[in-house]
Formats: sequence, C-alpha cells, structure tokens
Amino acid sequence: MSTEVKAKKRSIKLTLPEDEIMCPGHLACQGCGATIAMRYALKALGPKTITAIPACCWAVIDGPFPYSAASIPVYHCAFETAASTASGISHGLSSLGKTDVTTLAWAGDGGTFDIGIQALSGAAERGDNMIYVVYDNEAYMNTGIQRSSSTPHGAWTTTTPVKHYKKGPKKNIMEIMVAHHIPYCATANIAFPEDFVKKLQKAKTMKGMKFIHLYAPCPTGWKHPPRNTVKIARLATETNVFPIYEVENGVYKINKRIKTPKPVSEYLKLQGRFRHLTADVIDFIQQGVNDRLTRIEKLEQAFGANSQDSPTS
Amino acid sequence: MGKKQKNDQPVEFKSIKDMPDTPTSVGSMLVNKTSTWRSIRPVIIDEKCKRCMICWKYCPEPAIHPTDPPSVDYNYCKGCGICYEECPFDAIIIEQEGK
Amino acid sequence: MKKVLTGNFAAAYGATAAKVNVISAYPITPQTTIVEILSEIVADGELNAEFVKVESEHSALACCIGAQATGARTFTATSSQGLALMHELIHWAARARLPIIMVNVNRAMAPGWSIWADATDSISQRDTGWIQMYCENNQEVFDTVLMSYKISESESVMLPALINLDAFFLSHTSQVVDLYNEARIDQFLSKYDPKIKLDVDDPHAFGALTSPEHYYEFSYKMHEAQINAIRVIKEVGQEFGKIFGRTYDLTESYRCDDAELILVSYGTIAGTAKEAVDQMRNSGIVVGVLKIRYFRPFPTEDVIKALHPAKKVGVIDRAVSYGQSGPFFNEIRSTLYHESTPLYGFIAGLGGRDVSTHDIENMVDIMQNDPAQDLIWIGVKNVD
Repeated sequence: MSTEVKAKKRSIKLTLPEDEIMCPGHLACQGCGATIAMRYALKALGPKTITAIPACCWAVIDGPFPYSAASIPVYHCAFETAASTASGISHGLSSLGKTDVTTLAWAGDGGTFDIGIQALSGAAERGDNMIYVVYDNEAYMNTGIQRSSSTPHGAWTTTTPVKHYKKGPKKNIMEIMVAHHIPYCATANIAFPEDFVKKLQKAKTMKGMKFIHLYAPCPTGWKHPPRNTVKIARLATETNVFPIYEVENGVYKINKRIKTPKPVSEYLKLQGRFRHLTADVIDFIQQGVNDRLTRIEKLEQAFGANSQDSPTS
Repeated sequence: MGKKQKNDQPVEFKSIKDMPDTPTSVGSMLVNKTSTWRSIRPVIIDEKCKRCMICWKYCPEPAIHPTDPPSVDYNYCKGCGICYEECPFDAIIIEQEGK
Repeated sequence: MKKVLTGNFAAAYGATAAKVNVISAYPITPQTTIVEILSEIVADGELNAEFVKVESEHSALACCIGAQATGARTFTATSSQGLALMHELIHWAARARLPIIMVNVNRAMAPGWSIWADATDSISQRDTGWIQMYCENNQEVFDTVLMSYKISESESVMLPALINLDAFFLSHTSQVVDLYNEARIDQFLSKYDPKIKLDVDDPHAFGALTSPEHYYEFSYKMHEAQINAIRVIKEVGQEFGKIFGRTYDLTESYRCDDAELILVSYGTIAGTAKEAVDQMRNSGIVVGVLKIRYFRPFPTEDVIKALHPAKKVGVIDRAVSYGQSGPFFNEIRSTLYHESTPLYGFIAGLGGRDVSTHDIENMVDIMQNDPAQDLIWIGVKNVD
C-alpha cells in the first residue's frame, strides 16, 4: 500500500503515520470503532509491539486460526488476564534483554472495568512496563450487548431491557487508575486520532504502567448506522459526555476544551440504545455530564500545570 | 505470520504434522476479501475531492489508499459509509451494490 | 554440595539451578517459603531473574504464560485454593503448549480451612493436559524440578508440568539434599530456546479463534505429546542417573519382584509403605510397593508389568473422587481391566491425617483376610 503512495509525488499531507500495519480482511462489523482504534494504535506504536488481547471483540476481529490481521505478535489471553499476561510478556522480554519492544494490553470495557480490574490494579501498582488501552464500547458487545459497569445511565442492553434500562453512572475508570499513582493516564477518542496517536507515542517513551481510556462506538450494540461511528464519537466529546484529558505524573490537563458544548440530546438521539429515554431522563443525564466535567475542571485547577498545589503523586 | 507471509494466500495443512502445536497464525486476513459484506459502495468524485485524506484517516478496514486522488480498495471495503459521512466536501457518493 | 533442606527449599533451589528467567507467584500456606526464599535469591542477585510479585495465583500463572511465550523460562508455585483459582489458566498453559514448571504443595480444599496434606487439589487438575507427578522425598523434589524443565521443553513434549509434594510432610520437613555441581547441571540442562515465540521479527497470533475444523487436531496433538512424554521422562531419568547418580522412571518398584501382595501409592505415603513393607517382610508377609511418580502421562504399561506377578493389589489414595472411589484406584482398576487380580481401594490420610506404618499393616491385613473391595476408608472415626 505504502509503496504505491510513495511512487506518486504529491503535496498531500497526512495527519497520521502513513504505514498500515493492521491489514484489511478482518472480522470487525461494518463501522467498528474498536477496529479504527487498533489501526491508529499500531500506526502510533510501530511494528516493534507485542499485544495481549483477552476475550473481547478483538479476540474475533483479528481473525481465526491460521490467520491474523494485526500483523504484529498477538497473544490471545483469558478474559481477566490482559494486564497480567502483558506483565508476563513485559518481564519475559526484559529478562531476555529485549528492551526495544512495546508491550500493549488491548482490552474491552468488560475485560477492564469488570473481570480484569484486579489484574489491572495489580500490574499498575507494581509499575509493570506496558501501555494498557481499554477500548470502551460501553457493554459486552462480543457476547451480544450485555451491560457492563461501563454502560452509561439510560442505556438499553440485552440485560438492561427498555423497561429496566441501565440505572446509575458508568464506573470512573480514570480516577481508579489515577489513584494508582501511575505515570500516565489519558482519555482518547477515535474521532480524534491525532490526539490518540500523540498520547500513545508519549506513553511509549515512559516506563511503568500507562493507561489510555479510549472511546470506541459500536454500531451493532449502540444501534446506529455504521456510517455514524465517527460522528457519534465526536459528539461524545463535543457534548462533554466523554471529555478528553490526561493525567501525567499527577498533573491534570484537559486536552480538548469545548467552548460551547452541544446538548447531550444531540448525542443520545443518534443511538437506538437511548431511543426510549424521556425528557426528564435526558435532563438527568445532562446534569450528570455537567457534574463530571466540573469535577475534571476542578481537578485541573487544583492539580494542573498552572496550579499552586503540588500534584497528587 | 512472518512479513513474507503478509499476502492473500489461503493456508492449508496437508498433514497434521504441518500444523503448529497450538493455534498459531501463519497467514494473513488479507485472504478474506470482505467485499461481499457490502450493500453500498462509496465512490470518490475526483473533481470535488480536495485531497484532505479524511476518508483515508477514518476507514476502519483500511480500504482507502492515500493516493492522489484517494482510491477505494473494493476487495476489502465493507461499505460502512464512514468515508461518505465524514467527507467535508461531499466528494464521496454512495451507490447501491447490485444495481 | 549437600544441604539440609525442607521440601520447599529443595523446590526453590531446583528452580534456581534451572536458571529460570521469570518467577511469578503468590503466597499461600504451606507453599509460602518457596516464594520467600526465591525472592531473597533473586534480590541477592544469586539468580538473574525477574520475580513478579502478583496479586493472585490467577495472575501468577497468567504472568508465567505471557513470559514463557516470549521465550523466557518460568517457574511458579502454589497450593490448594491457589491451584484451584488458577484452573482456567492451567488449561490455557497446556493448550498454549508452554513448558511452565509449577510446584504444588498438596493441601486439602476448604471448607473447613485445612492447610494439611491431601491430593484432591492436584487431582482435580487431571484433564488439563499438564504432566503431573508426585514426590516422595526432598531429593526427589529438587531432582524433579530440574528434570522437568528438560522433559517439558523437549520438542516432542512442550507441555507444562505440575510437581506435587505433600504439605508439611515434605514442604516443612528437613532432609539432606544433594544440590550437585553447577557446571554439571548446566551440562544437563541447556538454555530454553523454543522454535516459535512472541517475536516482533517473526510475528504470529497465538491462540486465536479455532473452528471445529482445527480444534480437534490440537487436542490430538496434546495427547500425542503426553504419550511422547513417557519416552522422554525415561530418557531424561536415565541421563540424569548417568550424570548425577540417581536414576528416575515413571514408577518405582520396591520389593515387587516376588511380592504376592503389592501396595500402590504416591507421595509420602509411598515412603511410609516402603518402611511398613520392610517390617512385614521380616514377619514373613511377601509384600511390595509400587510407587507411581507420574499420574499424567499415566504409565499404563509399566503398571501392568509391575503388578502382573501380584496375587492381590491394594491402592492407597490420599484423595477421593466423590461418588466413585480413590482417583489412583480408578486408574489402576482400568489399567488392570484385562487381569483378574483382586483389587482393594484404600482411602487414607485425608486433610493431613497421619498415615502410619500401622495403618499400612492394617490394609495388608484386610487384603489377606477380606474379599476385594473398591472403597475402604482407613481410620474414619465414629462410623456406625
């Protein structure tokens, strides 16, 4: 693919690394956010990357034996072991003196917020050297859209049917990870690949546990047309449903400030999983979004680069 | 899958002895031409295209080459329509497959 | 070099002698001293390895799986509840064909909380594809850890191995252990260098979705590897004998050649049985012991050959397969299906209850005087 491009002289400027490591032919649904995500991650980290992938959509997307789409070494691992398997890979490599290889744990929200949180917490506390990316599509999509602790208030899933839609906010995984005093925690969104790539490249230069919470819509589970994946992802940040920020050595920084946030209803109305919501529930969701953003802003004021206080860690 | 093996050739095991001991990839998913998944087809209109490469940027396959103008690889394009939705210049139109 | 060591220290020194690259383990009584001494050995720089102090046994084995997949040699140790927590990954390590070596200190399962000897924990892992063996003494623990790397890493095997030692009877009991000479150990055990591993210069995906078109063949190959292990265990046991003076096999016959009655057992009970046999032979009872070292692969042919001359066979299990009988008894019964030898299945020593030479004599007395029975509970109290 890249040779063809290089053969033609052109003034086209690409905002992402040109080399494609992940190849097409994979088994992702049409318009899959998690798949665009892996494409960006491999562009950012390059071929000297080994990834541990637990049970999640990517266990299928990469393809069945004897094929693979990622085109880097992939270790499929048990559901709750993305972080602990990656710890082993990272220590295995360093015990053999291989220091120029990046270990990437790549898990869904179920494998991170729920079943894998113990292993993740352990690896973070130990400071095991890896980049951990959770691609968050807010439910167990690979098993057919069951609620996880990342499912937001109001959402339909197959285990939170319309009459009993998900009650309560999603778990704040960022604050959980920040509380581990790891060198780097960041949110990212597939609608802003340049920011995601920059964050991965920064994480690659750091030692220890680096955690990225990546927002990745799922057309199948969110009940939206595949063409709207990026549009909905972008709206998530433009409405402040999913703010983009990072915490580097305890210092908070909001990377994308939304001057005039759009109402959450614009984000919600594009997705079938929220179709049943009444105006009062939407108001409640808006209030939650406002409160969570305020919290992040206050953390930035208190523990940002310009604050008087010292960072938390 | 070694770099040499990044091709679209199917893998067949003639004998059980040829198989690895544990499921280990020896071929590429390039073997899987996903064009059959497509019900709609994006078509790039050269005159309208400003070469911003947003279509290339957001393709999940990837099935858009960053050429001048960008070109769709119809062997793999699944017809998700993200390129159509994201193009800021209406330079991509959608055609129904099979018409 | 000879040292007085507990079974746990012998296990830790075995891993050290094998120059493992990555150790990952979690404390659990009565395995804990293995973790303690190894963390000291690594911290002191006596062993150039990385010790990953994980937050659970589940992560310990996951970590070993990841590390072993990169081409590192790994070691872990656990016991009872910890082994049970690992269960999912015990299957994983075997199907991934990673020659991880794990020492399990046989301990009873809760409730009630028991830290004492019982083989139910390891026997519950029977069908995972791991090589599984039982030690009688601390020298055997050290030797087996060393030999296991060579056996498991053999190209025709490539399966993980579980080495079992009885809680306290071995784990915390000191015996003289010969640790040999380092140069000779290095001559015996070369560096781990798998053909295929996680390597950015030769990228593969491991363990992907496997359809019915292929899964069956991977299971077939695992069984083939277990059968190959029978030959490899014998070869390595012979080679070990040539270098270090102690030869090992899948089974060990003790005074069986002319025995009319043979007791079959494993672990420390086999040692007690040997002593009881010596005493009984002095009083004219012609009895022998067949110690089973390897439960998987099961040494079917060796067992048939060893037990063939016996008029009666008794099997002593420190474990129960509830609703059936002793697990080793089941194996022996199916192995001797074509023989007409009367079989006695004894259950003894569950949850760390002592099994004395007197108990063994009692079993032989039953074999001499009573009809054959599949399930005989030795020493169970207050049964009407």
